[in-house]
Amino acid sequence: MMQRAFVFSSSNSISLQLSTPITPPVNAVFPERNRGWIAPYSPLQPPELRLRNYQRALPPVLCSGSDSVTNQQQMASQDERDPRISKISSVIRVIPDFPKPGILFQDITTLLLDIKAFRDTIDLFVERYRGKDISVVAGIEARGFIFGPPIALAIGAKFVPMRKPNKLPGEVISEEYSLEYGTDKMEMHVGAVQAGDRALIIDDLVATGGTLSAAIRLLERVGVHVVECACVIELPELKGRERLGDTPLFVLVSSA
Amino acid sequence: MSAYRDKDPRIHGIQSKIRVVPDFPKPGIMFQDITTLLLDPKAFKDTVDLFVERYKGKNISVVAGIEARGFIFGPPIALEIGAKFVPLRKPKKLPGKVISEEYVLEYGRDCLQMHVGAVEPGERALVVDDLIATGGTLCAAMNLLERVGAEVVECACVIELPDLKGRERLNGKPLYVLVESH
Repeated sequence: MMQRAFVFSSSNSISLQLSTPITPPVNAVFPERNRGWIAPYSPLQPPELRLRNYQRALPPVLCSGSDSVTNQQQMASQDERDPRISKISSVIRVIPDFPKPGILFQDITTLLLDIKAFRDTIDLFVERYRGKDISVVAGIEARGFIFGPPIALAIGAKFVPMRKPNKLPGEVISEEYSLEYGTDKMEMHVGAVQAGDRALIIDDLVATGGTLSAAIRLLERVGVHVVECACVIELPELKGRERLGDTPLFVLVSSA
Repeated sequence: MSAYRDKDPRIHGIQSKIRVVPDFPKPGIMFQDITTLLLDPKAFKDTVDLFVERYKGKNISVVAGIEARGFIFGPPIALEIGAKFVPLRKPKKLPGKVISEEYVLEYGRDCLQMHVGAVEPGERALVVDDLIATGGTLCAAMNLLERVGAEVVECACVIELPDLKGRERLNGKPLYVLVESH
């Protein structure tokens, strides 16, 4: 018997989670309540129901013969058997009933404690986006601030923080988006980006896609081309991918 | 330490990219805005490099970053020096078991939290934030780390407001900054 939490709403990505329980990651900090942890190979947890390591396939990359090495690297990172992905997935901790009962929270802080896994996470994004003329990496407060800057630094792009209201000083533009109950607002500095900039949007996780789609709208309003949204984790049953319209989504790990 | 800071040619470029926004978040405050620094890839890289050059090879196993702007500078430093990154957060953001440290604000109090088990006794830690003013937040961060038995090697910030004497509030712990703003 599996435990499954069904919560359907348009809440923001932090509070809406849907996941089967996974085995405790190896170097993890143990949660206070153990209900979420099910031992591997116990009668409750068939092994094949672990967190799936999944990546959306890229459309074929057009390249010349001299790019073939790069292309091979990119294809390797999309391969489900990339050894880096399974390690990354295994060090993400699931916390039950946070921030409220019935929600299984995907906690990336344990990933940040694993030096190699954190570096691999960044490398997987950098390998995908380097040399693609990305001029802006937009990171969504606050966990997008952890993954976005290292990617921006490695690919030579600006980093632009997308923030909750009243955090950014000076002139901002705002975009409202829906929550389960009510709305929230995302802000970006006026002048941070220019029309014609090519942007990535980074966050730790995509659930319903509400936050990411607000970020896309903010950037597109000032004439920026959003090349892709990139997250460590996707909760595919919440269909966030569909909410992004034409903007592609790239993730390392899928939690269904 | 300050001689190095003043002579390094990268410092001038970094300083020139920091934008001062008057009367934010309230009248009379000159807010030091680092977002303009982040828009200059070379200046942002230089900022990170200056910290990395100082801390690489010093056996630092933890970089603790203070929410939220410490999350921007801390992880690139941690990745380069081979340390874990530990986010120190406002209340109720971290899931699971946490320890809390309260600290005093101009009016009222605030609280900083860290995950139980993120840092082990004996670890050598850096605390990173974009700016030090009164030192209240940094002091709370240091307390959190010391309570779990870590050694805070140094606090590192991009900007210091020396007139607010935050340095004195750090109980003798060293503070390293790139830029001072009077």
